[in-house]
Order: sequence, then C-alpha cells, then structure tokens
Amino acid sequence: MAKLILSMDGLVLKEIALTKERTTIGRKPHNDIQIDNLAVSGEHAVIVTILQDSFLEDLGSTNGTVVNGQPIKKHFLQNNDIVELGKYKLKYVNETPAGQAKAADFEKTMVLRPGSMRPAPAAPAPAAAAPAAPVATAAAAGTKNFGDTVAGGQSATAAPVAASKPAAAPQKNAALQLLSGANAGKELDLTKPLTTLGKPGVQVAVITRRPQGFFITHVEGASFPVVNGKTLDAQAHSLNDHDVIELAGVKMEFFLKT
Amino acid sequence: MTLSGALEVASCTDPGMVRSHNEDSIASDGDRGLVVLADGMGGYNAGEVASGMATTVIITELQQLLEKKVPYEIDAHSGKLVAHQLLHEQVAKANTSIYQAAQSQPQYAGMGTTLVVALFYDNKVTVAHIGDSRLYRLRGDELRQVTKDHSLLQEQIDSGVITPQQARQSQNKNLVTRALGIDPIVEAEIHDYDTQPGDIYLLCSDGLCDMVSDDDIGLALQTLSSNLKLCAQHLVQTANDNGGRDNISVILVRVLRDYPAPRSIVGKMMSWFK
Repeated sequence: MAKLILSMDGLVLKEIALTKERTTIGRKPHNDIQIDNLAVSGEHAVIVTILQDSFLEDLGSTNGTVVNGQPIKKHFLQNNDIVELGKYKLKYVNETPAGQAKAADFEKTMVLRPGSMRPAPAAPAPAAAAPAAPVATAAAAGTKNFGDTVAGGQSATAAPVAASKPAAAPQKNAALQLLSGANAGKELDLTKPLTTLGKPGVQVAVITRRPQGFFITHVEGASFPVVNGKTLDAQAHSLNDHDVIELAGVKMEFFLKT
Repeated sequence: MTLSGALEVASCTDPGMVRSHNEDSIASDGDRGLVVLADGMGGYNAGEVASGMATTVIITELQQLLEKKVPYEIDAHSGKLVAHQLLHEQVAKANTSIYQAAQSQPQYAGMGTTLVVALFYDNKVTVAHIGDSRLYRLRGDELRQVTKDHSLLQEQIDSGVITPQQARQSQNKNLVTRALGIDPIVEAEIHDYDTQPGDIYLLCSDGLCDMVSDDDIGLALQTLSSNLKLCAQHLVQTANDNGGRDNISVILVRVLRDYPAPRSIVGKMMSWFK
C-alpha cells in the first residue's frame, strides 16, 4: 500500500495512505489532503492510483507542483519522490517492508478481473521489491547492429548498451589481444554480453560476459577451441587472466583490464 | 505432409532462481511445424496443472488433426482458413478442460494459463496467443515483438495512460487481462505472418522478457543462430544471471528453407517422396 508523508520544515505532520483511486490535494476543505496555506491553491493537485501505480497531476494551480526539484504537470510517482507544494513536502512511499513479501510472490502473473481495479488494502496484487526492477524494453523497431563477429581479425564496434542489470558486483573488464595473423597486436574489448570469434561455417566460439566472469563456449564447427594448449569440450569454459585461446588458426590472449 | 528439414527447433525451460516449481509448459513437433508454450498461474501450484493441460490438449489434438486436415485450405462450413479453425477449436477445448477442472476441484480454483501457439505451413506461420507470453521474430538484424501482450500495462500504453518507458517502472507488471481457464469462453488473438528462410522465431514466457532486455535477446539470437540449442540455454542463463525471478521458458524455431504447400497433383506426389 502506497502512502504519503506530509511534512513542513522537516517536521512530519501526518501520513496519508493512498487507498482511493483519486486523492485530491488543496486548500479547500473538500480535498482528501487539505493544506491550509495561501501558497496552495483551492484545488492544487490530484494523485490517481491504479493498483500499485500512482500518478500525480497538477490541476492548474497558481504556484505549480514540483517533484524532486522539477516543476511537473503530470508525473509517474516513484518510491521516495518528494512533492513540493508551497512550503509543504509530501514524500511518496511505495515499497514492500522487508520480510513481509515472499520472494516467490514477485513477478507472479495474475489475472486482472473486471471490477478488481480498486486498490486493495491487503495486497493480493504483487508488490515489487526494492529498486532493481527488471527492464522489459518495448519492441525494438528498425535495424539494430547487435554484434560483430571477429573473423580473420576484424575489430568489433561497441554495441548499444543492454538494459539488463545483474544485481551482482561490478563486472571486471577484459579484452583479447591477437597474437598471430595479419592483425597481430590488435586488441578487442569484450564489452558486450556476447562476442563471437572465428569463421562462420568453419569454426565459431562465443565469449560470454556474465556476473561470474567470462566464459568461452564452442558454437559451431568440427574443431573445438583450444585454451592453453588443451582442446575444450562442448561445455562452457571459464576464462582466466592471460589464457591463450586458439581457434580458426588464430592465437589470442585473454586478459583482464584493471 | 511433413515439414521435416524445413524448420529447426530448440527449447529450454527452467524454474528460475526464486521459484521452487516450474509452472511453465512447452511442447514442440518440428516435423508438423507446431510449437506451444504456456505459463500457468493461480491456486497453490495449480499453475503447473493448467499450463500442462493447455500444451497437452493443443499439441496432441493438433498432431492428430493435421494427419487429415490441410492448414492452408478454406474450411467449407466456416469460410475460415483451416489453420484458424483448428486453433480456434483447440484453444476452446483447452479452455473448457482447464475451466471445468478449476471449478470442480478446490485445489485448482482460480488456476489459469497464458498461451502461445505457432503453426508453420505453406511458407507462413499462424500465431494464436492469450496473455503475456510472447512471440518475437528475428529477421536479418531486426528483432520484432510480434504478439501484443494482453495485460494491464499494454492496455495503458495503447490508451496513452502511460508511456512504454513508464511501463518499465510500473509496479503493476504481470497482470494479464486474458487467460485460459478463467472464463467459460475465451478468444485467442490469431494472426498470420509470412516466413522467410533465415527467420528465427522465439516463443517465451515473461520470465525471459522481464529479466532480459530486447537488445540482449536480439544479440543472442543473431550471434548463436548456428547453434539453436546453445542459444536457448544462453537465454535462460542470462535470465537467471539477471535474477531469474520467475519460471523461464523459450522455444526457438529457425526457418531453414522454403516449405510451400504442394498444391498441384505433381506437387502432392512429390511430397509423398519426402
């Protein structure tokens, strides 16, 4: 259940639970949240709540409505946003108290029935956890250059930044240095989640970048990649600093960047 | 009529890092060009029952019917494409089975499931879906989400209440507006799309697309297309690396060659020799 904490000059005045679809804010007494101050308009703003989401809208007030320092007309409220009306502050709180929500309830798909749109006090609807919400991006339109294969020494360009966020520790950076062939000496940064190596149709391996580190896996071809002189099998193989990889006739060194 | 050699299929399903049970269900028959995916919900682990019923009913019934019926023909009674007629009927059958089970057994009360079915024939694919499990298509280097979710968020986006950007921050995720087994009658959304050799189709439950960005999905499909099984495993692994907060299922279908329907007598005879 989301709520607002009303304060002025750092002094908490009251807490208001957002139980209604429309929670009005203003100076006139009919408002759900009445703020008796001349800097606040008669009908200043409204918060529209749809299940677990709340939207703040300014109702054409004289002095405007500010969220986190920015004047807004309409704003999708996020946990800990601070709304300012005149000298008053309203802090929007919408988080699951630790220990109450079970991990298995997160991300549970549920059917929305007609008539169930009223925000319920006992939350049968899934309450999301703290910040690291997964990102489901909208459909990608138009051409995208997802990745480049290193074939015969072509260098890859950096791909668009992926929006997926692992919750783990910051990942190390790594690169490959080509030790043989026409492009010997050239470096290839391993910035993407997947970097392919080799010649399509002949021998291809992929280096995956994961929270646990970097791994090399055989993708296609009769021959398997060789790491430090040993031929790999079909399983993913963890890469260590200064490992020497051989495939499609090219030798390269994997190294971690500090 | 068999499509063997025209399609390559690989799939993977995983309970994820948080859930103890896998309530997703997947099934495929590459030779018949048929793939099904369902994400179950509701009750106490009854989601498993609902999704299992959905995939079993649909795949076994369609496998039998496709022995005699020809998907690209027009059904004399309804005037509809046989493919549409078949999917419409089998979805209704699955819905009735799940609905009745849910009504009759207290431990199944409230169970339901999403559904995505793809039937490949005559150089095209007919897709039927209910809920927020998705079908994507990679063609060249463009990844496109083909199905539109039947969810609260999608409706809000469609009516301009929120932007796709805001939808990502919404706490109303995973609320579907349509599902199998919840109402006595339900309609699947059914569309046809032309296919081309080289296309890769991805059916997935929201356990994948909620944990992995479209960019990362596209990168995986493009990079690992020559090893479809590895690609499916990689997608599941990435979802788990990113938290794995739900069951994850993926089915990949790669179109290897044209598969036109044999319409002429000679064509029909040739297909007997395949």
